[in-house]
Amino acid sequence: MTTLTEAPPAAEEKAPRRVALRPGAWIVWGAVVFFLLILLGVVGAVVIDSFGTKWFGGWLPKGWTTHWYGTTWKEFDLGSVLTVTLEVAIAVVVVSVIVGVPAAYALARRDFPGKRVLMVAFLLPILIPPITYGVPLATVLYKFHLAGRLSGVILANLVPAVPFVILVMTPFIEQIDPKIEAAARMCGAKTWVIFTRILGPLLIPGMLAAAILVLVRTVGMFELTFLTAGADSQTLVVALYYSVSAAGIRAQQEIDAMAVIYTLSMLVLLVAALRFVNPTQLVTQIKERD
Amino acid sequence: MASSAVASPRIALRHRLAERGVDRTLLLLLPAVVFVVALFIYPFVYGLQLSFQPQPGSEAVNRYGSGPFADYRNFFADPYLRDTIWTTLKIGLPAALFNVLASVPIAYRMRGRFRGKRTITTILVVPITLGTVLTAEGLLAFMGPTGWFNRILMDVGIVDHPVRLTHNYWGVVFSLVITGFPFAFLLTLSYLTGIDPTLERAASTLGANWFQRFRHITLPLLAPGLAITFCLSFVLAFSVFPSAIMVGEPARQTRVISIAAFHAAFEQYDYSMASAIAMIMGAVELIVIGLVLGWRARLYRGATGGKG
Repeated sequence: MTTLTEAPPAAEEKAPRRVALRPGAWIVWGAVVFFLLILLGVVGAVVIDSFGTKWFGGWLPKGWTTHWYGTTWKEFDLGSVLTVTLEVAIAVVVVSVIVGVPAAYALARRDFPGKRVLMVAFLLPILIPPITYGVPLATVLYKFHLAGRLSGVILANLVPAVPFVILVMTPFIEQIDPKIEAAARMCGAKTWVIFTRILGPLLIPGMLAAAILVLVRTVGMFELTFLTAGADSQTLVVALYYSVSAAGIRAQQEIDAMAVIYTLSMLVLLVAALRFVNPTQLVTQIKERD
Repeated sequence: MASSAVASPRIALRHRLAERGVDRTLLLLLPAVVFVVALFIYPFVYGLQLSFQPQPGSEAVNRYGSGPFADYRNFFADPYLRDTIWTTLKIGLPAALFNVLASVPIAYRMRGRFRGKRTITTILVVPITLGTVLTAEGLLAFMGPTGWFNRILMDVGIVDHPVRLTHNYWGVVFSLVITGFPFAFLLTLSYLTGIDPTLERAASTLGANWFQRFRHITLPLLAPGLAITFCLSFVLAFSVFPSAIMVGEPARQTRVISIAAFHAAFEQYDYSMASAIAMIMGAVELIVIGLVLGWRARLYRGATGGKG
């Protein structure tokens, strides 16, 4: 990669160095392939088991069937579980964008006393693991009789979601030239018009990216939902956890079928997300946390 | 006359505030601030004060009276509770360390442009979104006694009997590596690509070989970023909960501190003990992160990228 642009004196060194690099390159690529194979095995084992009739030892199941999907759908009442998941996810996305984007705008455009303290307060919910603040949060939500219901699950999931939207949106707004707003104001636009006609269209790609990332995180968020959900407010991932920890009552294939449904819904979200967000950029934005 | 005398200091104050960046735009922050205070800071403070008010009739009160520190004393006196700290560290530290150290050479190799880079980074994001529950479920099937992994090992002839890799310490570590490694890798990769490549080229012109370039140019610039990567990986590994129950041995070998907190809150309904455990958990984690960040503060953080 760098050898092409190197200065001529380095060219003489090239031949011995390439020999020296080779084993290292093989080890690195080998490690990557090994990791990807394990990943394939982990996901593949679940997918194949969910389509198999019986699988006790042997490389593959004895026969193939899709009827586990029907039984798991009925027995775990997945229709209502998916509805709850969707309701929670959409509510969290909408509220976190509505609350987070204006805050991100203020943080991006103004430098005021106490800004650093505020930034730390917004960072903490992301940096502290969910279980640590989830236990006190669930206690408070139970005290106000919110936990065990849909509203409690939504509130708990908003705790990391709002700061996440702020973190993703602040650098995004910073890169929009404030002169555009100034020009609009010069032309007589009111604040409301600036927000709806000038900033809104410019912010839509960033808001879309933030919304999809929050959606993925909320559907995958186990701990907070687990701590606050009641019997009829479980999301898919929590229902999956309960079915695994109660294994033995249900056929393993049913659980795996449920896991596949979960994986598929996550994959659809992921593919959608990757159309708008580049993974390395996403992480560079996480870097801004510091 | 009188009205202008009243109005002018008011305007002046507004101007002075605006000069320091305080104006009506800051009202946009209000919903988010109310939100963080109500749902994060208030529960945290509530939990903290609850942890100093032991629940009457609980185990801690029976043993140590109803003083404010009864729950904490109970935690540190009972080995079944106290050892959860050690268990968590024993799982979390090696997993986080492995994720960071393994991602350095791979990211170093991949930092340039090549075909298929986007595909590989995309595949690596998948386990982050799969989450711990699905990873645990997959590990049970894949690495269990009759899974493909053991089958391959036996067919190749490395082992005679299936190796036990699930329902113990190793199962949890594997699940943490599968979910944590891609995260550490992507973070390291973005730090590495932030380092100015001309620095390395300059060193190479001066006759440094790849190891010298890595040791004296890249690594010092990357180290602060690695410290942050380690902290974030550690936070992920430290809060291990579902996989410790599903692929671990939650009664003994992988009884991590989050299981103890959950057990106290939702099985014994002793919320003050649970809050005390959650606070201890937060404190232990902050101590580790503080140590790493303290070390990081001594490193060079220049404008050449990889700053973290």
